[in-house]
Amino acid sequence: MSKLRIGSQFVPALVTMVLFCLMFLAASAQYTGFFSAQVFLNLFIDNAFLIITAVGMTFVIISGGIDLSVGSVIALTTMISASLVEHHGWSPMVVIPLVLVIGSLFGWVMGYIIHEYQIQPFIVTLAGMFLARGLCYVISIETITITNETYTAISQAKVPLPGGNYVSISVVLALLVVGLAIYLAHYTKFGRNTYAIGGSESSALLMGLPVGRTKILVYTFSGFCSAMAGVVFTFYMLSGYGLHAVGLELDTIAAVVIGGTLLTGGVGYIAGTLFGVLIQGIIQTIIMFEGTLSSWWTKIAIGILLFLFILLQRVLVSRKAKAA
Amino acid sequence: MKRLTWPLVTLAVLLLVNVIYKPDFFSITMVDGHLFGSLIDILNRAAPLILVAVGMTLVIATKGIDLSVGSVIAISGALACLLISKSEDASALNVVLIAVGAALLVSVVSGLWNGLLVGGIGIQPIVATLILMVAGRGIAQLVTDGQIITISSEPYSFIGAGYLAGLPFSIFIVAFVLLVSALLTRRTAIGLFIESVGCNPEASRLAGIRSTFVVFLVYMFCGLCAGIAGLILSSNVSSADGNNAGLWYELDAILAVVIGGTSLNGGRFYLAGTVLGALIIQTLTTTIYSLGVPPEITLVVKAVVVLLVCLIGSEQFRSKWKKDKAAGKVPSKKEVTA
Repeated sequence: MSKLRIGSQFVPALVTMVLFCLMFLAASAQYTGFFSAQVFLNLFIDNAFLIITAVGMTFVIISGGIDLSVGSVIALTTMISASLVEHHGWSPMVVIPLVLVIGSLFGWVMGYIIHEYQIQPFIVTLAGMFLARGLCYVISIETITITNETYTAISQAKVPLPGGNYVSISVVLALLVVGLAIYLAHYTKFGRNTYAIGGSESSALLMGLPVGRTKILVYTFSGFCSAMAGVVFTFYMLSGYGLHAVGLELDTIAAVVIGGTLLTGGVGYIAGTLFGVLIQGIIQTIIMFEGTLSSWWTKIAIGILLFLFILLQRVLVSRKAKAA
Repeated sequence: MKRLTWPLVTLAVLLLVNVIYKPDFFSITMVDGHLFGSLIDILNRAAPLILVAVGMTLVIATKGIDLSVGSVIAISGALACLLISKSEDASALNVVLIAVGAALLVSVVSGLWNGLLVGGIGIQPIVATLILMVAGRGIAQLVTDGQIITISSEPYSFIGAGYLAGLPFSIFIVAFVLLVSALLTRRTAIGLFIESVGCNPEASRLAGIRSTFVVFLVYMFCGLCAGIAGLILSSNVSSADGNNAGLWYELDAILAVVIGGTSLNGGRFYLAGTVLGALIIQTLTTTIYSLGVPPEITLVVKAVVVLLVCLIGSEQFRSKWKKDKAAGKVPSKKEVTA
């Protein structure tokens, strides 16, 4: 019986992985030139920032919360980086660590308010979203283009892979974050505490787990991830702009949900989230290859996928509740 | 009435700031039989937000949330404009009526979809409505084919830009919807049902209330309100933009509800508070415009307002502050939160 229960936790994440493979194969059969390692690698190149953001969001959602500020923090990061590097002549070596600290601090403050004053994460991070977006415009209303050599060099650098393929430095960073997150989630006390809080906060409290500290840390980590994604996004766009990454929080939540993380908290896998992002990426790639389908089909397709996965989760949860 | 004090004071302060900056702020002039003035302008511009926020209030009262209102606004406007632009005579009254009817029907169906997911399948409201929020914008773009549909139809533009008895017509629409919802929720038992479902859906089901039905109803009503707001917005500019119409409306509406004193925990709702909340948001925006501050900073101000409202509403925050004051300490934590 217990074997079956562990199995049902894995099902959504497994479905996502299988679905991804099926979509890739089907698209390969349909379109010439789709079945290549570079098309696969481009999914990572184009979505590196989304992968990093979604990793942070996965922790937040596993802990039973939500973080709506991620897109705005990305925009703020691009804005601060661009402004400091271009207008103030700071070295990227100083700016990049600085924005990572700012992002983490931003997450920390939100986590602090959420825990200390028992206000819903939804509303606090919503305020954080407004605040970060607003601060972008306080810095500048216009786009700031980045011409700094270090940034352009990193942006254009290719990490060669066997077979003439390549990935960008951003992909390496994204995979490092994924690796770090898998370690944090499954091999550290912090990770176990996060799962425990998401499962039942009051039980976690009774067990003597540091609920407050863990919750604040989860939001700090999400803030760090968003800032990291912002750095990667800066490499990708080579500019700072207040309207960068609008609506990204929803793409991120969608990726996490499609990746099999339960929005009620307590269940989820970083690897699942990775595939959640890749599925969104492959939908976009298929639409690009199709040529005639317009971009809004991406949104509709993601909506339908989101619906199916939530339905699947719902069925699994209710079956589990009945079994218990 | 006590709970309306703070929103009222806020609104009064905002208006005062305006008067100090612009002494003729309260003056209303009559031009061509239409009333003009800053106050009328604020009311007119706030109309769509009030509508959406009223629908949102009832949804939040059932402990739900509707993130899809912005997308429903876009779909409703897009559909109405498409039907009018495809017809032979854009100014014919029956064409406009059919278009309006179809748009409202689709809005109600959107709400029903949300209600099915929340009440029927039991999905968390924030997730259930997220689906339509993501897909809805795609649908709106699909309807308009990714273009901005521009129409010229006199009866249609009357909805958002017309005047009746010297006042903008949209104010009458808002007043009507408000009146109907106030009568329904305060003069019949439905308001009580909504609050009891918000407190505890299972207990109210056991008490004989069809809680699923109540959930369906409030989401359908919220969809309808968003649909009407979509008509006003699109008719005001005589065009439909699937991508940008109603952008950020869900957040402003939630903000209006929260400022109005309705708790996100459900179980209680204050329609009058919500209207005040929406008016505060619109006045704030107008004030920022008229002060010549870059309008983008509105976001920062809104963020601070949301935080302050939530902090004041938080028991932990108030008790901490009181304790610090009793002990004669300066509340050092305030800097962190502001």
